[in-house]
Amino acid sequence: MQQLLNGIFIGSIYALFAIGFTLVFGILDRLNLAHPAVFAASAFVGIELVERGGLSLWAALPLVFVFGGVLGLVIERLAFRPLKNRPDAHFAGLISSIALAGMLIALLQWRYGPDTRRFPPGSFPDTRYDVAGAQVTLVQVVILAISLALMVGLTYMVTRTRLGRGMRAVAENPTAARVLGVNVDRITAATFAISSALGAVAGVLFAINVNTAQLGMGSAIELKGLAVIIVGGMGSLPGALIGGLLLGLAEVFAVQYVGSSWRDVIAFGLLFVILLLRPQGLLGARKVREV
Amino acid sequence: MRAKLSTVAAATAAAFVLASCSSGDGDGGGGGQAASGDLAGEGTGESCTIEGEVPIGAVLSLTGAAASYGESQQRGLELAAAQLAEQGGVTYDLTIEDDQTDPRQGITLFDQFVTDGVSLIIGPTLSNAAVQSDPIAQEAGVPVLGISNTAAGITDIGDYVFRNSLTEQAVIPQTIAKATEEFGLQNVVVMYSNDDAFTESGYEAFAAALEAEGVEVSETLTFSKSDTDFRALLTQAQASDPDALVVSGLIEAAIPLVTQARELGIDVPIIGGNGFNNPRLMADAGEAAEGVVVGAAWNSSSDNPENTAFLADFEAEYGAQPDQFAAQAYAGLMLVDEAVRSGCAADPESLKEALGDIEDVPTVLGEFSIDENRDAVHPAVVQVVQDGAFTVLE
Repeated sequence: MQQLLNGIFIGSIYALFAIGFTLVFGILDRLNLAHPAVFAASAFVGIELVERGGLSLWAALPLVFVFGGVLGLVIERLAFRPLKNRPDAHFAGLISSIALAGMLIALLQWRYGPDTRRFPPGSFPDTRYDVAGAQVTLVQVVILAISLALMVGLTYMVTRTRLGRGMRAVAENPTAARVLGVNVDRITAATFAISSALGAVAGVLFAINVNTAQLGMGSAIELKGLAVIIVGGMGSLPGALIGGLLLGLAEVFAVQYVGSSWRDVIAFGLLFVILLLRPQGLLGARKVREV
Repeated sequence: MRAKLSTVAAATAAAFVLASCSSGDGDGGGGGQAASGDLAGEGTGESCTIEGEVPIGAVLSLTGAAASYGESQQRGLELAAAQLAEQGGVTYDLTIEDDQTDPRQGITLFDQFVTDGVSLIIGPTLSNAAVQSDPIAQEAGVPVLGISNTAAGITDIGDYVFRNSLTEQAVIPQTIAKATEEFGLQNVVVMYSNDDAFTESGYEAFAAALEAEGVEVSETLTFSKSDTDFRALLTQAQASDPDALVVSGLIEAAIPLVTQARELGIDVPIIGGNGFNNPRLMADAGEAAEGVVVGAAWNSSSDNPENTAFLADFEAEYGAQPDQFAAQAYAGLMLVDEAVRSGCAADPESLKEALGDIEDVPTVLGEFSIDENRDAVHPAVVQVVQDGAFTVLE
């Protein structure tokens, strides 16, 4: 039971991270590799807000959400927009976002130094619950609730709102969308902002969950995030959610039933098997190549 | 980061305790005629005077994962260098360089120091860096004094490699014996990070000591040194209802591990390796650190005169209490001074001979000797975290 909960908690953070990742990919067909840097940056900024600003953990979250959004706009403006009309825009964006990620991490190192940072002692409420013999902290419950709320909110936004309709139109065919009067640049910027805001919240929640923020935390989760969105089906939001939870649970149960040394082998092996059986991912649509 | 401490040769003899020449160790060549150039001097022990500056290189991890250790070491070395400068007679040119907790950078720095012709290299901070960089000094015939390397096999690299840090193999059996006696351990869960030379050799020492004490290991769990979420492992550990957790990991892993263990309701003692021996554990893990048991090379509450003086001087200089890394670094440079003065010569060859002959020297670590394997011999101490501080487990 405890292991199940452990898997769900860590999996929900993977999912939140991956959903931001996959949003940009699904709608704009771009892989934003600065996303992990946003994840790390927001964790440090969140700690700073709590430590210096004297905010409570939960008050810092909306601010980090906004911070992430702004960072997303910056990433779009610097790394993607100048290159969007080039014939190799996919790879150009990929590379320039890697460069931007490197610069972000270097800025973090300059600002915060290379050491591990933690929330000041006493930032966390002590409340603990006993759920069917498993220990759950209030913090973990809130993390899960926030992750789920954000994911539900995002799904609602994409399927029901005007902005969401615009996004889907752009995803379908940017040129056609433009012809129909959709402001593609605005939609693109909004997508990056939302994506990064989600990544930022994921970063703070991860830092809260383990009370640790390291410069390398983004690259540690990058591979997992990529695995999650591939397994979920590139660009599929519910797929990223399921993929995230699946990876979290796979890691936890690998520890329990196989052995801790085999954790990554089992977790990634499982993803590999899923891909062999369903190359398009769990919820991905099979693409038909038309000649 | 580059800190250079050039000490001025002062003729006045400062009243520093450590300089007394330990009698009967080594023949030393009388007035130090064995050495050549300006690194040989006149007199022995306290009266030893060497014309030239003795170049000493130190490779520490001042940034990166091990930065908290390196910073302490830097303070210890600089304090010792300042005191030795006051004492006069022998002048040390101590250059401290940062390996960024990266063994490759360590190799580069060792190369550089060897090329620069230093008499001795202190460091590097981590054992896995030492394994890779010490052979460079060995090949070049420059003695190395490790001040925090505790993994097995470091001194097997060659006869120029010494250390003043007690190995985990020396500390851990004492820790386990004491803990078994104190807590009546019968079965424990062992956790260690298996991608680091230091924690791996710590694990082996734990496993051997537990077997020797007849404590059953119900489960052995591994993690990566970069892991921060240990809940799955800890839940697994909890399932076998152990009397204690035995953990070999670095401080970066120790803090979240201990915090999450308490969060999950694991209230048994957590016995840690040398990596846990860091005041940051209490600063960052807070109450969760209570009941952590750590074997250590340095007894901070020891009342030998060297230690009391060191505590007071360190506090006066930095406004903080030293940790073991600072103490070992401080003792390291003092031992180098001892070795230089015993033969009154500071060239690499004489230093190598003199270091090997060190016996029963009073230091902040207690009576200190170097054994035939060039490893440190001195008493260890077993501590437990109580009310936010390390106290001797009794």
